[in-house]
Amino acid sequence: MAGTLVIAELSEGKVKKSTHSAITFAKQVGGPFAILAIGAGAAGAAAELAGFGAAKVVTVDAPSLAHYTAEGFAPSVAAVAKAGGYDVVAVAASSFGKDLAPRVAAKLSAGYAPDIDRVKVDGGKRAYRRPQYAGNALGWLEVTTPVHVVSVRQTEFAAAEPSGGASPVESAAKAADDAAAARVEFLKVEAGKSERPDLGEARVVVSGGRSIKEQFKQVLEPLADALGAAIGASRAACDAGYAPPELQVGQTGRTVAPQLYVAVGISGAIQHIAGMKGSKYIVAINKDPDAPIFQIADYGLVADLFVAVPDLVKALKASA
Amino acid sequence: MKILVAVKRVADPDNLNKIKLSAQGKVDTTGLEPKASPYDDYALETALRLTENGANTKARLGEVVVVTFGPKEAEQMLRAMLGTGADRAIRVDATDDALDGDLVARGLKAVVDKEKPDLVLLGYQQAENESNEVGQMLAEYLGWPQATSVGAITSEGDTKLVVAREIEGATAQLRVTLPAVVTVLDKIVHPKSVHSKHTAPTHAYPDGVRFAALMAIMAAKKKPLAELKLAELAPDVALKVKYGNSELPPKRAAGVKVKDVGELVNKLKTEAKVI
Repeated sequence: MAGTLVIAELSEGKVKKSTHSAITFAKQVGGPFAILAIGAGAAGAAAELAGFGAAKVVTVDAPSLAHYTAEGFAPSVAAVAKAGGYDVVAVAASSFGKDLAPRVAAKLSAGYAPDIDRVKVDGGKRAYRRPQYAGNALGWLEVTTPVHVVSVRQTEFAAAEPSGGASPVESAAKAADDAAAARVEFLKVEAGKSERPDLGEARVVVSGGRSIKEQFKQVLEPLADALGAAIGASRAACDAGYAPPELQVGQTGRTVAPQLYVAVGISGAIQHIAGMKGSKYIVAINKDPDAPIFQIADYGLVADLFVAVPDLVKALKASA
Repeated sequence: MKILVAVKRVADPDNLNKIKLSAQGKVDTTGLEPKASPYDDYALETALRLTENGANTKARLGEVVVVTFGPKEAEQMLRAMLGTGADRAIRVDATDDALDGDLVARGLKAVVDKEKPDLVLLGYQQAENESNEVGQMLAEYLGWPQATSVGAITSEGDTKLVVAREIEGATAQLRVTLPAVVTVLDKIVHPKSVHSKHTAPTHAYPDGVRFAALMAIMAAKKKPLAELKLAELAPDVALKVKYGNSELPPKRAAGVKVKDVGELVNKLKTEAKVI
């Protein structure tokens, strides 16, 4: 069966939301698509994936797949892709997809379109668009091999909603590990401690720059609480140790596209803007009226953040 | 330990908002100073830290070889890296339009087969194309383990590394047995991110990458810099992806300046309707 194979991203047997963006991509490509759920407990995730209109859900479930490694997962993904004769293998461009997809592409001798934000289908031809140059150019590319491997930017492909129905589920055997798998040992995952919404999924993000210094938490947390927001930070704030590294928004950190992004004391370095300029509304609070962030902000407030942010918290509470 | 560091020359990453589109719809970086992609500078710094005792960074306790795919002009970048501490450099003669990530990975595999390093280090992505793919593809072609987007490395003896990969909101720790391919993030150059087996666990480096001393730059002129031909490394130079035209993203127009917090809250409520 030709068509698209969507690789689901699972976490402890649950389907991650990034998967739904990859399903949306498959629907835009058109034609039939299948979903591959791979990992320990993948069989349990199949029911959740069966309601999206896929021609089938394939599961590869083995205890040795309890923790993701590219060396352990890529052989089975490639084997399922080959067995089904799929034209396109798609995954969300999360840390999982970005690590896995190029290895799968090399295994399939397939061209790879990384981190795309658009797909254009013209007859049997597909072209992919992707942000490059820190988001300052959008390049169109074509894959010249019969099979295409694609990772899709989650912020640009809205999550697919279940469409009902029940796709048939079949299981496939786990392929033999790469020899390299014996040379990778999973030790542990250390999660950043946060009660807040995930940066990548929050409706509102409040981000702080280096100028907040040691008062990063004191200043930003009340504002994030008032807005129900996730907290982000500029690279400068993370590098200086004022904010933990997992909060970094920008080219080397997270790419976010919330409804509202509030940049507090952030000057607007190119590499930061690359990670947040897809936000629907941008608010900038900065005492420097010439800060580049004001060139992209919908609403700019030139003010001392240490005064303006507490005032804003008060005003938000008063108007709630 | 012998480390191969793959590097790429790019247009000044801090000024990429100044790129233009040519009449043919191609990205034009004229006027932007060519530099090493910053993550590749971090990869070199990582290689140096792994092959020294942090308390005596003048003595190289291993070998660091830098390799790039690029035109003759890219040798200036390699010379600078030799000045910074790399022992040797290799330039594979090629221009960007004749390359894609897959071809670079296949070419690098041939270089690895010749050089037999214990570790290949790369920036997690290069600053222009941002494709984040060469390390993973190289690892597959070599049959080696990969660790991508790594923010911390500790060596365990001569054959193992414990690495911390940055994943969404968390870090994943892996122990990899060498030889392996590792791609690094910017935080790898924080003071305590890299510990070689020679360096005391308490050692803290200055934040960021080191700069070449004048003496070292002079000495680097005598360090070997070899040129290889792409076709000798990868007999099949067909590209698996081809870039067509580019577009400029829609410009975000500057919005309005509000006079105070009250006006801001009002606009967010009544105009943007986001709160």
